Amino acid sequence: MFEHIDTSLIDWSRAQFALTAMYHWLFVPLTLGLAVIMGLMETFYVTTGKVFWKDTARFWMKLFGINFAVGVATGLILEFEFGTNWSNYSWFVGDIFGAPLAIEGILAFFMEATFIAVMFFGWNKVSKRFHLASTWLTGLGATISAWWILVANAWMQHPVGMAFNPETVRNEMVDFTAVALSPMAVAKFFHTVLSCWIVGAVFVVGVSCWYLLRNRQKEFALGSIKVGASVGLFAAVATAWTGDISGVQVAKLQPMKIAAAEGLYNGGNGMPFTIVGDLKVPKMLSILATHDIEGYVPGINNLLEGGYQLPDGTTALSAEEKIKRGQIAITALDAFRKAHKAGDETTASTARKTLDENVEYFGYGYIKDPSHLVPNVELTFWSFRIMVGLGGYFILFFIIVLIMSKKEKLAYMRWLQQAALWTIPLAYIGSQAGWVVAEVGRQPWAIQDMLPVGAAISKLQTGSVQLTFFIFLILFTVLLCAETGIMLKAIKKGPEETKNRK
Amino acid sequence: MSHSLLTRIWMFYRDGFREMTLGRTLWAIILIKLFIMFFILKLFFFPSFLSGKTTEEKQQYVGEELVERANP
Ligand code: HEM
Repeated sequence: MFEHIDTSLIDWSRAQFALTAMYHWLFVPLTLGLAVIMGLMETFYVTTGKVFWKDTARFWMKLFGINFAVGVATGLILEFEFGTNWSNYSWFVGDIFGAPLAIEGILAFFMEATFIAVMFFGWNKVSKRFHLASTWLTGLGATISAWWILVANAWMQHPVGMAFNPETVRNEMVDFTAVALSPMAVAKFFHTVLSCWIVGAVFVVGVSCWYLLRNRQKEFALGSIKVGASVGLFAAVATAWTGDISGVQVAKLQPMKIAAAEGLYNGGNGMPFTIVGDLKVPKMLSILATHDIEGYVPGINNLLEGGYQLPDGTTALSAEEKIKRGQIAITALDAFRKAHKAGDETTASTARKTLDENVEYFGYGYIKDPSHLVPNVELTFWSFRIMVGLGGYFILFFIIVLIMSKKEKLAYMRWLQQAALWTIPLAYIGSQAGWVVAEVGRQPWAIQDMLPVGAAISKLQTGSVQLTFFIFLILFTVLLCAETGIMLKAIKKGPEETKNRK
Repeated sequence: MSHSLLTRIWMFYRDGFREMTLGRTLWAIILIKLFIMFFILKLFFFPSFLSGKTTEEKQQYVGEELVERANP
């Protein structure tokens, strides 16, 4: 794509980012999910006074602590990569995220340092209610952090509330609310956070079923399962619902992603939803993507060829036209900067006008061939099916677990206990598949329509990116082994009962 | 009053750390990880690509890169 940039450098930079992001994402969902479940358990303790709930909450808090300790700060590596490997991108967007991310860092740090300490050290030292508030605030702190990061991600998927300043070559925030509350960000936040609750819930139910399989800690396991599966069912239904909202947003703002996720080359009105192969649900894609049974959904070819009517009544441009306008924008940027430097303000202002008129296609100027605008269809298509398929499975799973636990049969159903144990990895797979859809499906863009990955990366030696890729692979694998080892040990040990049950 | 509050907070953390069991291992992991991240990775492998340039130089550099990479 870029003659000045080795394509293997692009690939390795992307692989490195994907590796670190995916490893980081192994830790995040459990933090967010367990926070809610242990918060509820402690609430039961405070409202009913039953020490059973205190012991139960404490056990899950211990696992939360292990996951938190191993996972905390792994996300900072992504920040390092922005500075080193994605320096053009960082400069280009810096002003938008500099301040909010700094505030987020400070706020989250103080919130977590204070409330986590009370949560772990404060039993018997602070009042029950203050302790309970600290537990909830620990989870809230983590969720607020997630919100900021997802706002940043949503902005890359759909840049709003900013203006490109050719003098500084940066995007500058013009409307904070538009950035922080963009519909893309809101949809992403709810879908992501609720899907994390599924992971937490599946984890709690799965681990509890392990105790049942071993005929240990029955009361504790069944109590945990009730809370876990209830949170899980709520979260699974809400995830499907918010996923649907996300789908409509994506169809509107990133139609290529939906076309790839559906493997749809030639679109039209009243399009069916492909389950797999020729198995299709009539009209379903139109309903999902546009909430209109006859709604028009463009396919990959339509998106490249243009010529169809957009919802606002205008006609879609072809990829070639967009590329041409992108090139005009970039040439105008060059002209502006040269004229401005030479003090020729008349030429500069004409160039700036041309730039402003074409800036929405800026990134297309880097695209050498329209085919480069198509993401990896296979990967997006299958990841989407894995996520949505598992979404349906989780709903069913939690319903069965809840019914069986209500009928008091769960303790004897070994197949269901086994299934619950095996559902743990599926929850992680579903969650990772979601990110694959969101991130692979938006290629080649680092920032939608503004900056493709090839223009966003730093001109480094491919070898040095490869080296750090493998360093991370080793480092994160060691961390993951540490997590799994310590976690399994804690699970085997089981919950500790408060000796003096008062 | 504020003195005794500060002392109480200090004792709260001190006793908390003293009474830790599993927490010790976890703190060791956190500290080792932060050390590796900041003193090895950040220092030797992840220098900021644009560091050492003034703001004007950064603007100039990224501006040129963004134009150059679009050229066939
Ligand atoms: C049940 C039906 C589901 C639907 C219709 C759905 C829909 C979607 C869509 C359209 C996206 C892309 C959003 C974007 O690119 O901005 C997405 C992303 C994602 N999904 Fe799902 N999803 C479902 C279930 C699940 C489940 C069960 C999980 C996890 C256990 C999950 C986790 C994620 C994650 C982590 C992302 C990436 C973050 C984001 O972009 O929101 N989803 N989902």
